Amino acid sequence: MTTSALGQTIAVDLNGLVFSHPVLAASGCLSTGRDVPSVVDVHRLAGVVTRSITVAPSRGSVVPRAAETASGLLSHVGLQNPGVDEFLAKDLPRLVRAKVPVIASIAGTRLDEYVRLTTALDRRPGIVALEVYVSTSDEEFAGEPFHASPERLNEIVGAVARMSRLPVFVKLPPMLPELVETARVCIRAGASGLTLIDAVPGLAVDADRLQSRLAAPIGGLSGPAIKPIALAAVYQVAHVMPRVPIMGVGGVSTAADAVEFLLAGAWAVQVGTAMLVNPSAPVEIAQGIASYLKEKGISSPADLRGRLRVRGEPAGDAAS
Amino acid sequence: MKRARAEVLNARRFGVYHSITVVAPEVAQRARPGQFVSIGMPQGRSFIFRRQFSIHEASRRGGWAGTLEFVFDRHGPGTSWLAGVRVHEFLDVIGPLGTAFAYPAKLNACLLVSEGHASAPMYFLAQELRARGKRVDMIVGAETHEHVFKPIEGKRLSQTFSIVTADGSLGERGSVLDALPGMLETTGAEVVYAAAPRPTLRAIAEMCLEREIPSQIAIEDEMPCGTGLCYTCAIPVIRKDGGGYDNLRACAEGPVFNPARILWDRWIGDAPGSAPTPPEGYAKVRTWPG
Repeated sequence: MTTSALGQTIAVDLNGLVFSHPVLAASGCLSTGRDVPSVVDVHRLAGVVTRSITVAPSRGSVVPRAAETASGLLSHVGLQNPGVDEFLAKDLPRLVRAKVPVIASIAGTRLDEYVRLTTALDRRPGIVALEVYVSTSDEEFAGEPFHASPERLNEIVGAVARMSRLPVFVKLPPMLPELVETARVCIRAGASGLTLIDAVPGLAVDADRLQSRLAAPIGGLSGPAIKPIALAAVYQVAHVMPRVPIMGVGGVSTAADAVEFLLAGAWAVQVGTAMLVNPSAPVEIAQGIASYLKEKGISSPADLRGRLRVRGEPAGDAAS
Repeated sequence: MKRARAEVLNARRFGVYHSITVVAPEVAQRARPGQFVSIGMPQGRSFIFRRQFSIHEASRRGGWAGTLEFVFDRHGPGTSWLAGVRVHEFLDVIGPLGTAFAYPAKLNACLLVSEGHASAPMYFLAQELRARGKRVDMIVGAETHEHVFKPIEGKRLSQTFSIVTADGSLGERGSVLDALPGMLETTGAEVVYAAAPRPTLRAIAEMCLEREIPSQIAIEDEMPCGTGLCYTCAIPVIRKDGGGYDNLRACAEGPVFNPARILWDRWIGDAPGSAPTPPEGYAKVRTWPG
């Protein structure tokens, strides 16, 4: 659907990585490609980011794994996935048959795992980019998440970017002391772009039973509740790095949400939680973006980027 | 699995329960007992998860052909919203979802045990078993007489129908667990089907295992999506060969499971994270004697 029903091109170009429209399925909401339910029109998605793939198969975390919170999904699945070998043998071929561009999300606990994953996934037909998940704990660095240390982030992202011929996106959480600096570290290390944001840490409490609602007990909050947090992260980074492609993710449920992300500086958006509750959300959002552009007389989604005016500032300053 | 914008044909109350019948021919046509439907919540509200309900009835013939019915009690924002849905409104329905109860090929006497609103799918199962010439007996348990779901329907469908309520306001006083040993005896049950809260299911499973009676259970879990996408409704289930276990999704690989394969301590124990793996490995569990 490069050209929408309205006769408008809504394709986006992330510095060479081209999608037919700006709406992808976010990591974690379309498994690794196995038993995708028939209610999802996979071939109409601009792309699919896989559930994060690890070297060894992972059973994931103890239950309960999810709780409904105000306008949100709090979850901790613990990277349940079949492991890279089975992903390549069984899951990837299904996505390739569905003719959907695949962005493989990779997660490790040591540098050599990221290297192994990159080597295994690079040059596989169907995979158009890698998304590096850096919120796992670093076994070689006291169990701190990789994103907590600029040096480690530089090492991990640098290694993946050097080993891969594919565009590499790094997915960052918003709660970082220096988000923009961390983003810069990733780009300097060789990343082509960023995915903003990873789920926000959250806790849900069952006061009746005096216990946490998740076994983890802290999970990742997603859904409409985190949209303003995600928008702020995209806006902050896009403002100082306007030439770096950003995929905005966090609470995108409607076309209006997606347009907000594009205005804040995103080049494309990923839809996660909304897809769980409305399997056709990404397609509806893409169609909605096309209608919005037509209505506003704007020729392409890219033209929305940087158009966000700051209230109170004179018009024309922000847009150029 | 199909998704439909389904018209509400009927919205009724049975005691404390609400029942909704929707027109969804493609879903009703395929539905089997044990399977469920997933209902989308309205956009722009703070409760976003889809809500899942066992199918109580799927009509394929007659004046109600192409309709299906599900039952719920109000216990949160989603079910409260659903309780206010009126005839001729439309619901976002996905179904049928999940696995269905397997019917025994050779064994005959089936005992169906359920508690509260979990009784809803059992009447559907009873009809299908009877259509296959099986003997059906039922135990239905509830808090009070108002929580006993469709007692007259149950009586009509089963050879012996045992009601137990916690307060003794209908049938015997007690729980389904009190009635189960006696009913296993008197009915000569060869197969047990159960749908109830988890601790009850676990106790039923243990009673059946002791007596070497094959059983199947339908579990209820909070499922954000119902379609297998989110991987949060995980149940630790022993592999068929006994070599370890997998976290299977209650919505996709379930909700019907062989309870002998569930690692109950790991699933609903006090400290599921530390439930040990036995050094001798897990027992190989015989498959369902279809």
